[in-house]
Amino acid sequence: MSRPGFVLEVDRSTPPTLCWHGEGFRLLRLPEGSRILYPPEPVEALKDPDEAIRQALLNPEGDMAPLPALLRAGMRLTIAFDDISLPLPPMERPDNRQRVIEAVLDLAAEAGVDDVVLICALALHRRMTPAELRHALGDRIYDAFAPHGLLLQHDAEDPAALVHLGQTDHGEDVEINRRAAESDLLVYVNINLVAMDGGHKSVATGLASYNSLRHHHNVKTMQHSRSFMDQTRSELHTSNWRMGRLIAASGVKVFQIETTLNTDTFPSAFGFLQKREWEWGSRDRASFLAVSKTLERTPDRLARSIFQSIKSPHKMSSVQAGEVEAVHAITTDNVYRQQLVDVDGQTDVVIFGLPYICPYNVNSIMNPILVACLGLGYFFNLYRGKPLVRPGGVLILSHPTPWAFNPVHHPSYIDFFEEVLADTTDPVEIEKTYEERFATDDWYRHLYRTSYAYHGVHPFYMWYWCAHALDHVAGVIIVGGDTKAVHRMGFKRASTMRDALEMAEDIVGRDPSITHFHCPPMMIADVH
Amino acid sequence: MLREALAGQRIAITGATGFLGTALVERLMRQVPDCEVALLVRPGRRGAAERVRREILRNDCFDRLRRELGPAFDEEMGRRIIAVAGDVGSDGLGLDAAGQGVLAGCDIVIHAAASVSFDSPLDSAVEVNLLGPSRVAAAMTAARVAQGGTAAGTALPHLITVSTAYVAGSRRGDAPEAILPDTPFATEVQWRPEVAAARRVGADADAQSRTPERLSKFTKAARAELGAAGTPVLAAKAEKLREEWVKDHLVKAGKARAQALGWPDAYAYTKALGERALLESHHGVRLSIVRPSIIESALAEPHAGWIRGFRMAEPVIISLGRGLLKEFPGLPEGVVDVIPVDLVVAAIIAVAADGGPPPGAKPAVFQVASGSRNPLRYRQLVELVRGWFGEHPLADSNGQPIVVPEWSYPGRGRVRRQLAQAAKVLSVAEKGLQTLPLRGRQAELSARLEEKRSEAERALGYVELYGAYTETEAVFRVDRLLELWATLPPADQADFLFDPAGVEWPMYVRDTHMPSVVAHARVRVAGAPRRSVPTPTREQRGRRAVLAPERQLAVFDLENTLIASNVVDSYAWLATRRIDDNDRLRLVLRTVREAPRLLALDRQDRGDFLRHFYRRYEGAPVARLEHDSWELWSELLLTKAFPAGIRRVRAHRRLGHRTLLITGALDVAIEPLRPLFDDVMCASLGIENGRYTGELLAGPPTGEARALLMADYAAARGLDLQESVAYADSASDLPMLEAVGHPVAVNPETKLAAIARKRGWHVEQWPRAAGGPRPLLPIARAGANS
Repeated sequence: MSRPGFVLEVDRSTPPTLCWHGEGFRLLRLPEGSRILYPPEPVEALKDPDEAIRQALLNPEGDMAPLPALLRAGMRLTIAFDDISLPLPPMERPDNRQRVIEAVLDLAAEAGVDDVVLICALALHRRMTPAELRHALGDRIYDAFAPHGLLLQHDAEDPAALVHLGQTDHGEDVEINRRAAESDLLVYVNINLVAMDGGHKSVATGLASYNSLRHHHNVKTMQHSRSFMDQTRSELHTSNWRMGRLIAASGVKVFQIETTLNTDTFPSAFGFLQKREWEWGSRDRASFLAVSKTLERTPDRLARSIFQSIKSPHKMSSVQAGEVEAVHAITTDNVYRQQLVDVDGQTDVVIFGLPYICPYNVNSIMNPILVACLGLGYFFNLYRGKPLVRPGGVLILSHPTPWAFNPVHHPSYIDFFEEVLADTTDPVEIEKTYEERFATDDWYRHLYRTSYAYHGVHPFYMWYWCAHALDHVAGVIIVGGDTKAVHRMGFKRASTMRDALEMAEDIVGRDPSITHFHCPPMMIADVH
Repeated sequence: MLREALAGQRIAITGATGFLGTALVERLMRQVPDCEVALLVRPGRRGAAERVRREILRNDCFDRLRRELGPAFDEEMGRRIIAVAGDVGSDGLGLDAAGQGVLAGCDIVIHAAASVSFDSPLDSAVEVNLLGPSRVAAAMTAARVAQGGTAAGTALPHLITVSTAYVAGSRRGDAPEAILPDTPFATEVQWRPEVAAARRVGADADAQSRTPERLSKFTKAARAELGAAGTPVLAAKAEKLREEWVKDHLVKAGKARAQALGWPDAYAYTKALGERALLESHHGVRLSIVRPSIIESALAEPHAGWIRGFRMAEPVIISLGRGLLKEFPGLPEGVVDVIPVDLVVAAIIAVAADGGPPPGAKPAVFQVASGSRNPLRYRQLVELVRGWFGEHPLADSNGQPIVVPEWSYPGRGRVRRQLAQAAKVLSVAEKGLQTLPLRGRQAELSARLEEKRSEAERALGYVELYGAYTETEAVFRVDRLLELWATLPPADQADFLFDPAGVEWPMYVRDTHMPSVVAHARVRVAGAPRRSVPTPTREQRGRRAVLAPERQLAVFDLENTLIASNVVDSYAWLATRRIDDNDRLRLVLRTVREAPRLLALDRQDRGDFLRHFYRRYEGAPVARLEHDSWELWSELLLTKAFPAGIRRVRAHRRLGHRTLLITGALDVAIEPLRPLFDDVMCASLGIENGRYTGELLAGPPTGEARALLMADYAAARGLDLQESVAYADSASDLPMLEAVGHPVAVNPETKLAAIARKRGWHVEQWPRAAGGPRPLLPIARAGANS
């Protein structure tokens, strides 16, 4: 049985705690009385995932017929799947998507369906490279579909490939992928790494256009999503649910398949990363030493490619299929079962050691905007109830935050950083003054459609993702960050954690209460 | 009395655009209100009247008068100044009938035009300094005859010619105010044979410069400096080198001849012979000769310290302040004969008002010099200058004060040796750096080194040139000048000071001359208060200029300007994309082996290189390359792009400028880049049966072809190249850069960095994105084809 998450109170006997720092980690000695949040241990994986998938397809949840009953010869079948942003890190083969889609295709073949198209639901993310698609879908599927042009990637900027289904009662445009919308059946294959993923958000966001996305990917929505990891209190989800219901009402039949993963995140060589320090064995200690000594001597670029090549051993822990909302309710429970940690109350200061990866830099570099987004967007929002840090508190992030961007993946980020953030860091002001120019820019559009670039507006979303945290806290300090890059974002920079805590005292007063969020592996703080 | 004497007179002046001439015109306009002046000016491109307006009236010399007259300034100047097109370098002064008419109507002519540079080439010094005065006299006579006057009438016009006190030559002792044949210094030299000889030397030097050996040397030197810049640019450079060589030859010849005859340099020598020539041909005029010594900044008129151009002592003083010149040869007790410009001007006006010698009498000679009346010793000058720099040190590049070295009054030989050595070391270092394939900041270093070298060479030049003047031991008498001074009523003496005794040297050097020299040289003074509003840096100003809304066209080179890649990379990537690992290795090895040869060819001629290299595409399937080029773009080119460059293209477009990419890269390879620009000009290969022929459809757009294409493009759209911007990284793009009003050197290689620095072009350092992938070799990833 896996042990639940744990809140440790630091005392004199507590060993130093591991804190992520980009492509590396540091050992921290926190003041006595500080607390450390440890994630629950990985839940048990499905013994026979393929069988579990088959059972799920045959026994759907909610108001939905079994998949074989929905398949017939001559029909148009579209299978949409999550893109490169999930899961993190990318998983060892076979990927959940491969397993599920192979099962769906087997059933489709049995039913004699021959008009099948696969679509990567990447919304405004970058296209996946052939190698990435091959990894996610497996050789069999890739070789059967890609050469015939049947493996597509959603293009949110191709007017001919979009269809406007109408507006919700809140005036939100619903515009999604035409092939998906005009199919007799749309099967959506999901990997629910965190509680935010899946549900109506899969189709309403993953297959949507900018015109549609802008209704919930904005500052106001983010400020009213508390947090976006908690569907019941997330304006982001409320809007997506309205859209999802409109999609269903427009006659688009969605068969949703959601899978969850356990938190067995790192391969055995990095096993110490998901253990509690006082339980490290001699092997853990040795590999920690070996890894950290090696990293000290490794050039950044090489360290990055080593970390980016990590394939995670996490395993499928559940699969459910059927009607979107019924499926998603179960999925969410399963995610919570794995990730929730009970926490009593907020603290003045919260420390996030940020790892090398976030949803938008797989096989890439984590640029400063993504550092901000991972810390203030994702980590900050990994809560239910109330944020870990008190209102007016301080967030301390630990990450090298280099002034470095991938020119292929993040071209508009570079300009956003050089032009927009140089002018203002206020999300509201940025949205008002700059969003439209970047969102409708022909060059970014060209790169998004033909190369491997995130959409021109994407860095804005990253910054909006921070809006809730920026409203909530009184200070952000990045330990070990590049001074110029940190200042460009309007944050403060400290050389060491000790300095950062001193600086935090200027804001929250002497002897602050401190929480260290020991993540990844992933968890959600259930703060009472 | 002066004013009355000159009232109603029309005075012709030559050399009005010069230092002395400008001051003279201004003084007449301001202090002799009832006279008119006719300015004989070389018309140049703009015409005489425009040159007068731009080069004389707009000079800060006239600021005071402009203030005094207010809005009436333009009208008043228009009424009193007549611009006449002419040239003292040609017989008859190149006057047309109207010009002759004006000259005939002038009662006084002041000839102040001269080739004043001490290192002027022999032939031009002879034409202007030696023959000029006689030409003026002859033209005055001719003009009178043409207007129906008589050459021997009673009212002969008065010619005042400005000579130099140094016509006395490098001798010791008193130099009296007398025509040369009457002085003890008279050198018996016939001027006609000297003119003939000088012209012959000029012709010989020119002929020598055109021998095949020399010409090929010039071409080689041009190529070494500019690289594969294209025939027209190289040809222009080679011709410039040839002209410089001829000039240099003639400078040396002039100096040698002058020194052989006992003058310090060609200036004094030609001036002396000019006086002699004039003595033989001044029958139609009454002649006065004014001989100033070294003319320096104004004592008080039009304002203290006024100076025009970089005068003779300034380079020396600034080099000293910069610590560049550690020692300057001179005799500590020797006299430095310096005279402020306003004293010379006043003396000339007094001579003019005095009316000149009676007809038939000997010419009147006046020396305007300080040496006999109020000498400034070399030691005193050096101490004043050092003292001033002690209080107001110049700043080095870090803003720290530069300490002026102690003076040891060394002999000329030692200083010359030291400087020559420094110049040589720097020159070797510079040559070494230039052969390295440097870019960006390192290339700038080399450019800075070059600047240092030319500074050392300049300093060496000063020592050569001015050494003789600081070591001069002649004493210029001013007795006649003082006699003239004594005749002036006190009111005139107050307004027209020309008694050298009126100069207080310490005050003049400290409070007038030094601040003026330093301000003129635009050097940084240590501890100068920073302005409260930070002035934009040179970089910011440059950027602002290229991104001004009124620009019309922005032209970009591709390789190393927007993307750190080249046609070889692209070829290697495309070629390896679909072959197995063994072949891949073989191709890589072959390319590595060929690299030096390819590089050499590229340096020779970019067009030939591309023609040669593109043959490799022969037989390649078009459709496959068209497909692969999109992956090439994402996997190689974009990873090597300069984001700031791409942002710049987009900034131009946002400002409404037209953007044009001109590149020697193949159309298929740059297809994905097309949407970035309004238009693209690139190389295209022929296609047969779906495969490339390996032959270019048209000459590749490189070197001068690039400039022509750009010019045609601009002309077809009515765009003004002067209002356009061009971005490029290498000297081979010079024709294109030179053709626009706003050239920008991007990450320039050494040669272009040096050129950009010299010409003050805007330079951009655009780095690659720090977080991009950095493939070691430009080869496609294995397995990407499946």
